[in-house]
Amino acid sequence: MGIAFYIISALTVCGGLAAVLLKNTVHCALALTVAFAGLALLFLQLDAQFAGFAQILVYIGAVAILVVFAILLTRGSDTPKDGVFSKTWLAGLAIAAAVFSVLGWAVLQAAPWLPHETVAPNVTVNQIGDALMGRYVLPLEIVAVLLTAALVGAVIVAMHEKEGAK
Amino acid sequence: MIDRLDQIFVLLKHWLVGYLPGEWQAAAGVVVSVVVIIGLYPALFALTTVLERKGVGRIQNRLGPNRVGPYGILQPMADGIKSLTKEDIVPRSADAVVHFLAPIVLVVTVFMGFAVLPMGRNMVLVDMDAGLLFYFAMGASTELSVFMAGWSSRNKYSLLGAMRAVAQMISYEVALLLSSVVVVMATGSLSLVKIVEAQNHYTWGLPHWYIFTPWGLAGFLMYAIAATAETNRSPFDLPEGESELVAGYHTEYSGFKFALFFLGEYVAMFSISGLGSTLFRGGWSAPLAFLTWVPSWIWFFGKLLVSMCVFIWLRGTLPRLRQDQLMNFAWKFVLPMCLLNLFVVALWRFIGDGWLRWLVCSAILVLAYVGIGWEGMSRKRLGARSYRYAD
Repeated sequence: MGIAFYIISALTVCGGLAAVLLKNTVHCALALTVAFAGLALLFLQLDAQFAGFAQILVYIGAVAILVVFAILLTRGSDTPKDGVFSKTWLAGLAIAAAVFSVLGWAVLQAAPWLPHETVAPNVTVNQIGDALMGRYVLPLEIVAVLLTAALVGAVIVAMHEKEGAK
Repeated sequence: MIDRLDQIFVLLKHWLVGYLPGEWQAAAGVVVSVVVIIGLYPALFALTTVLERKGVGRIQNRLGPNRVGPYGILQPMADGIKSLTKEDIVPRSADAVVHFLAPIVLVVTVFMGFAVLPMGRNMVLVDMDAGLLFYFAMGASTELSVFMAGWSSRNKYSLLGAMRAVAQMISYEVALLLSSVVVVMATGSLSLVKIVEAQNHYTWGLPHWYIFTPWGLAGFLMYAIAATAETNRSPFDLPEGESELVAGYHTEYSGFKFALFFLGEYVAMFSISGLGSTLFRGGWSAPLAFLTWVPSWIWFFGKLLVSMCVFIWLRGTLPRLRQDQLMNFAWKFVLPMCLLNLFVVALWRFIGDGWLRWLVCSAILVLAYVGIGWEGMSRKRLGARSYRYAD
């Protein structure tokens, strides 16, 4: 938990804050990308190479671009007239604080049950592959079905638009 | 002696770093390698711009630049001075911060890709276990900078060019990754150093490069197509097509920022050609067994320059693809062939060694290619080719 962790987590938190506080929606999306990059750096700092690079590849390379496309193709890129803060921000703050406290309590409760390892395990891509195909093959297949459903849905939505135009 | 020539850059680095005290040596070694990479590839970029302009010029039956220096060799100096002294125009309604950051993000992510390329024996900057994944992660980040450039210019043409570029890059990125997965399946490792070492063996004088196997050839062709599209290079250069979109997403950039975009595009070409050489053509290994006395870095950079020449040749020869043709091509031809290639490489490993696997794999790939081609062309009603000549 050295100085690198604090710097990276400061970057992530600032990116997340900027993603909700900025006025221009595309700026918010780019700040979200910075938050994703911070998460990837956290993974890399913990020596989880595969998770870190997959985070960059998937989140920054695909999800951030998806978010940006969604903002551009709907008219969200104009600055809203009434300002960016909603009127019920106090209730929102209370709910967020409640969720955070529950999650924090759950994580801290589980801390004594964690395995006491002094050296971080060196996970290679081989081991991840073996685990995915061996122990976790059912979640893998479920995620594959989910992705296929998303793909088929996207094709159907796009196709119906074409038929509607005829 | 030959060994020392092969390792000459590594030995130079150790000699330079030896002047520093012990605990600084590792960091200093990394700094020296990084400085060399940052200095070398822009120099290669300067050489390539002349090569490209002369090459495309000769293909189009005209001379290229020939005023500056003998045969126009010093043209990059003139271009560099021009781009440094031009006024840096930022449109008034442009988003200044994002407009400024876009070329920086492009250049940074493109140079990061070189960290995992093995440029010679023992000449890789970082030998990562998941090196290939790191490379593709950096390539994926490049698309974000294209979008940032197009959106921040507040120009409809730029935005249109950026959207097209991002759609094209995302589609072909899937093809790029899938065509590289066959190499990972055959090698059993994501580390680029191990992939090159797996290809560095010779049978009857010929190397075990993956391009000489049926699935490797198919994979290399798909990779080459996807690489040409990823770097927005003709025939996939609709995003920056000069006759359609002014200059696409870098319309509103002048002076040095435009030079940075140009640099980023060419360095991305180098880096993706380097990766293609590493994955399919044996990286730094020599083509014939009796040529291994030539230093390994000469082979790597030679293959890189051959790839550059092929890119330039394609640019001068092929007409541009329209956006819908480009997307159709990606999703209906390249992607199915890549998926079939995965199946074929699995068959290759399961059928043992011998002539049977060559026959089966080649047959499957050729039939698929012919089948997809027939199916794609059957819907178009094209007549016989007719020629019109000027009288």
